[in-house]
Amino acid sequence: MTATKSGKTIAEKILSAHSNRELNSGDYAIINIDYVIAQDGTGPLAIRQFKEIGFDKIWNPRNVVFFIDHAAPSPRFEISNDHMIIREFSKDFGCIVSDVGEGICHQLSMEKFVSPGCVLIGADSHSCTGGSMGAFTTGMGSTDIAVGMGLGKTWMLVPETIKVQFLGSIQKGVYSKDLMLHLIGKISANGATYKSIEFCGDTIEGLNQEERFVLSNMAVEAGAKAGIIASDEKTKHYLHNQGREDDFKEILPDSNAHYERLVEIDASMVEPSVACPHTVDNIKKISEIEDIKVDQVLIGTCTNGRLNDLRIAANILKNSKIAEGVRLIVAPASRTIYLLAMKEGLINTFVTAGGIIMPPGCASCVGIHGGVLGDNEVCLSTQNRNFKGRMGNSNSFIYLGSPATAAATAIYGKITDPREVM
Amino acid sequence: MSAEVLTGKAFKFGDNISTDLICPGKYYHLRSTPMKLAEHVMEDADPDFYSKMEKGKAFIVGGDNFGLGSSREHAPLIIRLAGVNAVIVKSAARIFFRNCINVGLPIIITEEIEKIKDGDELSIDLNGGVIKNLTQNLEIKFPPLPRIMTDILNSGGLVDYIKKNKDFKL
Repeated sequence: MTATKSGKTIAEKILSAHSNRELNSGDYAIINIDYVIAQDGTGPLAIRQFKEIGFDKIWNPRNVVFFIDHAAPSPRFEISNDHMIIREFSKDFGCIVSDVGEGICHQLSMEKFVSPGCVLIGADSHSCTGGSMGAFTTGMGSTDIAVGMGLGKTWMLVPETIKVQFLGSIQKGVYSKDLMLHLIGKISANGATYKSIEFCGDTIEGLNQEERFVLSNMAVEAGAKAGIIASDEKTKHYLHNQGREDDFKEILPDSNAHYERLVEIDASMVEPSVACPHTVDNIKKISEIEDIKVDQVLIGTCTNGRLNDLRIAANILKNSKIAEGVRLIVAPASRTIYLLAMKEGLINTFVTAGGIIMPPGCASCVGIHGGVLGDNEVCLSTQNRNFKGRMGNSNSFIYLGSPATAAATAIYGKITDPREVM
Repeated sequence: MSAEVLTGKAFKFGDNISTDLICPGKYYHLRSTPMKLAEHVMEDADPDFYSKMEKGKAFIVGGDNFGLGSSREHAPLIIRLAGVNAVIVKSAARIFFRNCINVGLPIIITEEIEKIKDGDELSIDLNGGVIKNLTQNLEIKFPPLPRIMTDILNSGGLVDYIKKNKDFKL
């Protein structure tokens, strides 16, 4: 029998299409980029490096977007000055600024331009979020982004791909956040380093696009370069809702693609879970942990600040009050989501329950403004990271969970399995 | 830059040293003044690190998954600006690894990280691919970086590489 040439993974297909040659994992390649993004924490350095190199123009200014989302509105004059650097540069070079209040880069990129088959590099590690649209999107540092802005290309080592298959129906109270926490707990925080993950299986097919964003968003928490999901009707539906149905393209792996390994997960066995301090792979089932009192709950971020998330949380908080002594912070991921949440009465529910609304943006997740934790305080957040110091104080403790877990936790003032309130 | 032999003392850290520990988010406002930011390098992993280390005579030695987390290039940048010669780790997170090379900070990956103890005196020949542990009188060999990364590092970082080549050369 003659050996059959193996087909391509989604990563290999997209990168081949962006380099004018057939690429396989292990190849070094120059990749043409469709979009370059940066945010207020990484953008000013990218701008300085762009100027230092001596570029006199951006390769394609309309495909370069700076998002002011991490410290927005600015809490300090130094950061305000950084914001001014971004605005001035964008005016001079013709690129796009998404200013204070518009929302988080990884949400707005999905609403406005990431499409199946495209390549995006972003000066933010969670730039991998777009993989869930059947795209190759990945995080890099400021200088790589500066060069991307100038040349419209970057270099890459074509990654091997791990196929992660979720099978079965998920239990009540379990969400894509729990699936992803479970996976990271299983393969560890560096289980996919340098690699691409392809998520597949009937569980994934059943998730809507907003739920899928969570998986790709957190791929980097397992070390991955990209976290990709084949595009399908759910992707098309999401694009349709953004008025971009024409951007839809079906992106699938070849049936004989070569994978580095296969990880199979029985999704029906996954329970509501949390990542405990101080690593994202320190996963425990909520049913198995002792009482953990919380001081703050955050619902929002590029992981779980979408309309679907706010609906789930509001549904639990409806006709309830949050526990005394608990601060509930809610931050919609974008202005559009904020408006839709207002229209649906979700914002009213949060405020009535005792919550605080922060403007669309990264909110307390990055520890710069609005919701910095005090010494020994505990926060349950829907964000993607719980590293020591992440929320601005290395003497505090962060647990990660789903929006349902966050809402149930806010009501009881301790980490609570959402099934208890559903 | 890599022609020289680097010498200095090892400062050892554990596994999963995040970019939050290397470059704490609470100093976000200092990102446009990197020399000031460098005074806080590694602060949340070891508050005394910056005061203990001697500029040009220090190595950071880490365990698995060093530099995980945020893409902030300020993390390797302030390690270099603080005067650390190189980072030696068992394994590195992808973006941090790439950022080290881009800012001209040598990073060495070796499985034999346990052969280096905190406080050991090291001498590293980057081109020769050898770490000499002078305190313990033993050697660790490490493989070369991929060619494009060697070229970027030898140029002093990605800014100078692109200034010189005008493009990427594989």
